[in-house]
Amino acid sequence: MTATVADARPAVAHPVSVARGYRFELVKLTSQWRIRLIVVACWIAPALFVAAVSQQTSLPVDTLFGRWMHATGWAGPLVILGFSGNWALPLLTSLVAGDVFASEDRLGTWRHLLVAVRSPQRIFVAKALASLTVIMLLMAGLAVSSAVGGLIAVGNQPLVGLDGHLLPAGNAAGNVLLAWVCAIAPTLALAAIGLLGSVALGRSPMGLLLPALVALAMQLAQMLPLPVAVRLALPGYAFTAWKGLFTSPGQLAPLLIGVVVSLVWAVTATVLAYLLFLRRDFTNLTSDGSGRRAITVGLVPLAGLLAVTIAILAAVTASATAGIQQTKVEAGVSTAFAHLYRVQTKQLNRPDVTEAQLQASTACTKGDGKVDPVGPGNDWRCVVSWHLPGVAATGQAIYQLDITADGRFMADGDGPKEVNGFFLVRTPIGDAPNPLWQFDGNVDLLPTPKG
Amino acid sequence: MDALIAVRSRGITKAFGEVVALDGIDLDVAQGQIHGLVGPNGAGKTTLLGLLLGLAVADSGSLEILGTPVGRALAAPEGVAGFVDGPGLYPSLTARQNLAALADLRGGTETAGIDAVLAEVGLTDVADDRTRGFSLGMRQRLGLAAALLTKPRLIVLDEPSNGLDPAGKRHVHGVLNRLAAEGTTVVLSSHRMDDVEALCSEVTILNTGRIVFTGPLSKLAAENGELDYRLVTSDAEAARKVAADTAGITVDQAVSPNDDLFVVRGLVPALDDLVVRLVQAGIAVREFAPVVSPLEAAFLALTEQQEVGQ
Repeated sequence: MTATVADARPAVAHPVSVARGYRFELVKLTSQWRIRLIVVACWIAPALFVAAVSQQTSLPVDTLFGRWMHATGWAGPLVILGFSGNWALPLLTSLVAGDVFASEDRLGTWRHLLVAVRSPQRIFVAKALASLTVIMLLMAGLAVSSAVGGLIAVGNQPLVGLDGHLLPAGNAAGNVLLAWVCAIAPTLALAAIGLLGSVALGRSPMGLLLPALVALAMQLAQMLPLPVAVRLALPGYAFTAWKGLFTSPGQLAPLLIGVVVSLVWAVTATVLAYLLFLRRDFTNLTSDGSGRRAITVGLVPLAGLLAVTIAILAAVTASATAGIQQTKVEAGVSTAFAHLYRVQTKQLNRPDVTEAQLQASTACTKGDGKVDPVGPGNDWRCVVSWHLPGVAATGQAIYQLDITADGRFMADGDGPKEVNGFFLVRTPIGDAPNPLWQFDGNVDLLPTPKG
Repeated sequence: MDALIAVRSRGITKAFGEVVALDGIDLDVAQGQIHGLVGPNGAGKTTLLGLLLGLAVADSGSLEILGTPVGRALAAPEGVAGFVDGPGLYPSLTARQNLAALADLRGGTETAGIDAVLAEVGLTDVADDRTRGFSLGMRQRLGLAAALLTKPRLIVLDEPSNGLDPAGKRHVHGVLNRLAAEGTTVVLSSHRMDDVEALCSEVTILNTGRIVFTGPLSKLAAENGELDYRLVTSDAEAARKVAADTAGITVDQAVSPNDDLFVVRGLVPALDDLVVRLVQAGIAVREFAPVVSPLEAAFLALTEQQEVGQ
């Protein structure tokens, strides 16, 4: 006769807690020299870059807020945010979230991990949280480092907004922080796509590169004159929509939509990765991914999500066009001109005028009037008119506009010389950059509510 | 007295698509026993070890590990440790950090405990080296240390002697024998028959997912047919004559390059009788060993038989 060991001692399986698993994953992640190097770079390089560029005579005017880097320390973190949304964050999420599952395939440690943790569900949660922690650490580094670099190199000065209005330093700091916080949502979406790629594609390089490739595809899409609903439905839209925080009133609707869409993508992709992970056969050595299931459980639902989001946004926003229309462009140029005219007036020590007194108005054409004045392009030409109190004559200035598909425009002054035709103005304390010579602006792509 | 059973399986089957990895496995492993699993590649050894470690669940049949029925969830019962397909180590961590992280995961073990298991497997000198540069043998020993860390009652090891040098092998054998003596059950797979014979009190031979033999090694030897034994004596010519005169013994007539050595063939009782006769004849027996180990002979015979039967 025999007896089982249970007769002597009961044996019950106790999975490892998520907290312990999370700590284990963090130890593994932070022990990699690659991750350590990236953390150090994210916390040091932006400060050095912003400090160095802010001291240059030639500023990165193609980048949003780049032209103001010499004027305020708060422009630096926004320049870094623009760069990060396009390049740094997709690559960082690739290296962290895109590798967090695949690394176990590469090292052949899945069985070891499962025996130790005793719960695939908890392994997934611990890995997702650990990779998210590292990504947030990197993101915080980019934000803090660039702000510190800017403040040390230039100082805590007011920031000129995208419509030319002046944000006091305190407000600028708050908006910069809010812009970075909003960028967390699309970063989460990319991280979730990274998790999905890492689970579905195993040690394949495609798994590692998926967030970067998706981000690149979204960038290319944002360059095309797509309908606004399609643009807003992309999970990375909030990487550019934060610019709406820097107008007055703020263009918040696209930003809010972008953030919500990003979060929906983050949740959906994470759930899909979770389902794929739980269905994986860990006893089969030759299988490090989920193959065909990756397409049915991973790709198809995300394509469906994109289609549904486009349909909902098209219905809700009632916008099937690219969203760049003549009236919006004219309003945007008038507003920015009026605000910046006041900045120039102050520089030149002239009597202050209000925007209401200036009554700035703009008339824009596209392609010398030969094409419909809608959509992006560098062939927009605008004539701004304004009035000064006590002066009968109407002032006029010409701008050439380059409007990109995402609504951002750069206005290049074309004269008269004493207003906007030269990059410097002569102030009582010497030459200074002319705020009316070139300026950035933004067109709200969503239809303007009719009052 | 009742024997405590650490592993009991009845009618276990497991298939991967069309491939049947395990087919009706009935197995009992007693507590404190070192049990060997042998079989050709694809016999189902790793799948069976994976079931014991909770890496997979059986399609049908029942499995009890340390008295706990294994359910449908992927999780090994408390008290089970080990590895399949090599130990899982993180190359960016040192040996000590690997164990510390694992200990923390399972609820914490003091530094002294980590030092003790490192010493037990002979890795104290390289405890603070990153495992990236470890040889296969060192990785195997660290994998064993990781398993020991949780003070398991059942250790499951897949090819634990892979890559070990003779000293390392002796070290690992010593550790496993001590564990068994203290009541820990060890189930291991190996392609090295000498290892299995040196370590295991019982063995299970698997072929194409089925058990073709399970039981003590002595039973396996008894079930064997005639075995070839190498014989080295003080007087080879006289010994040949004695062997030729012994009932049930055949002398291999092939000329050996070593004049003192020749090969005899017979059943175990006849071989015993030969040794008695040699001693009675005043011939010193310097070496009397199987040309092929009984386990290997049985393994080849049983697996070939089944293939012929199929």
